[in-house]
Amino acid sequence: MTETAIITENLTRDFDNVRAVDNLTLEVPRGIVFGLLGPNGSGKTTIIRLLLGLLEPTGGQAEVLGFDTRAQAGAIRERAGALLEHHGLYEKLSAEENLEFYGRINRVPKVECKARIKELLMNLGLWERRRESIGTWSRGMKQKLAVARALLHRPPLIFLDEPTAGLDPIAQAALREDLAALGAREGVTVFLTTHNMSEAEKLCGLVGVIRQGKLLAVDHPDTLRAQAGGPRVEIIGRGFSENTLTILRARPEITSAERQNGHLSLHLQAGTDVAPLINLMIGAGVQVEEVRKGKASLEEVFLSLMEEEK
Amino acid sequence: MIIDILTMIWKEYREVMRQSGSKRSTALRFLIVMVTMSVILPWQAGIAWVTTPVSLGFWILIPVILVTTMVADSFAGERERHTLETLLASRLSDGVILFGKIGAIVSYTWVVTQIIMHIALVPINIRFWEGRIIFYRADAMLIGLGLSLLSASLVSTVGVLISLRASSVKQAAQTLGLAVFILAWGPILALQVLPDEWKTRLGQALKVYMVPGADLTQAIFTIAAALVVVNAGFLIAAMIRFQRARLILD
Repeated sequence: MTETAIITENLTRDFDNVRAVDNLTLEVPRGIVFGLLGPNGSGKTTIIRLLLGLLEPTGGQAEVLGFDTRAQAGAIRERAGALLEHHGLYEKLSAEENLEFYGRINRVPKVECKARIKELLMNLGLWERRRESIGTWSRGMKQKLAVARALLHRPPLIFLDEPTAGLDPIAQAALREDLAALGAREGVTVFLTTHNMSEAEKLCGLVGVIRQGKLLAVDHPDTLRAQAGGPRVEIIGRGFSENTLTILRARPEITSAERQNGHLSLHLQAGTDVAPLINLMIGAGVQVEEVRKGKASLEEVFLSLMEEEK
Repeated sequence: MIIDILTMIWKEYREVMRQSGSKRSTALRFLIVMVTMSVILPWQAGIAWVTTPVSLGFWILIPVILVTTMVADSFAGERERHTLETLLASRLSDGVILFGKIGAIVSYTWVVTQIIMHIALVPINIRFWEGRIIFYRADAMLIGLGLSLLSASLVSTVGVLISLRASSVKQAAQTLGLAVFILAWGPILALQVLPDEWKTRLGQALKVYMVPGADLTQAIFTIAAALVVVNAGFLIAAMIRFQRARLILD
């Protein structure tokens, strides 16, 4: 068994004159949650379709779980679970029937299938409503059920295409928690696309940023944040005069110092010790109430990458 | 492959059973169709229903009537309800999905046709009771079973092909309705434009078959062979049209 779940090399897909995926070269190790971040229309869904062998690439190649997407698409689909752009559930059927159908498709033995359905629906809090037609369910419940369907046959890899899209914040948080718990419990590799930064930040061990089919960056969220700039400090207090700002801006370890809503925001060089700077400010007459240290958010990383590409 | 086709059929049956929402309304709809086709039609046809080939037309036509609503939904419905892509992303092969859909429609319509045609004997027996049960002749029944199977599979394949190409169930139903209309009324309309001499000849030829106990072997084989050939043609067309990449982007 290879250590890599997905490898792509110059994977390209054109639709007429539009390049949806542009020379994508990527490696996703097994057992992690990989997040593909990108705005709408950036090619995320097309990449999933290419990896599942549902679309033929125009150029380049891809291997999923050691199988070539062109020649062995059937083997990939046999071993992968998927929650695509739409949940794809049969609304007239009950939750149990929906899962049973996909259990049968994936040849899960009957007894095992029943036990697995119970396990998944219990974990997702849907067991009590298993016999209802899912047409009356909320979108959040349907998304949860679709996640259960993707995991039913214990695939080593699942694709989730914007799983929390269109859900209210509470349902998003609930599904995110379920995904994190299920991912950890099942030990599957998760390939997740999203344009929700906090989702990627909370769930993903590795993040790729994509724009107009091009992969702009790929790394651990912390590393991406570190690359986007050194640490930052937010100081809450009083007396942030122009004179103080001038003194601070003259320091080589401070890359920027800005007043924002009565707070002071400092961007620092990596490895800067904050305590001497606080002393300096106190000496200049600043009354410090609170000091918050932090890093650039993934959203800032994303926006700066988008900006660079423009 | 057979197990996978049966899985598809299992799902299709479940969906059909819940088409109108509740089991009660599904049963009611089924009952209306049954009463119309199993009671009213044979009652009007009289004893000719079993003694002449008049019922053969119904063995062929009933599947056509039954199949239209179900078949329009087959692929267009999955596309409209956004379930098709997930199905295509499963391990099922193209052939399994296609034959599963066709298999479900053919088996459903064929079985319901047999139920209708057998219940149709009840009013005949009530009306013409002579102390023994009136039944179809063994050979006529075998022909009926075979022709209804061919007719069901032909309309199912045509319907699936239309549904594969349609962007919505409504569009599929309209196109299929037109196809069935042409199929059913086309020969009748064509007859109108035939010269009188030809009409007379045709009438005389058909009269031979309407006599009780007439030998229908040649006519039946001709119809069956034509149905098989046309059916095979449409099946090949459906197999060519069924391409995952194309269906995903439709």
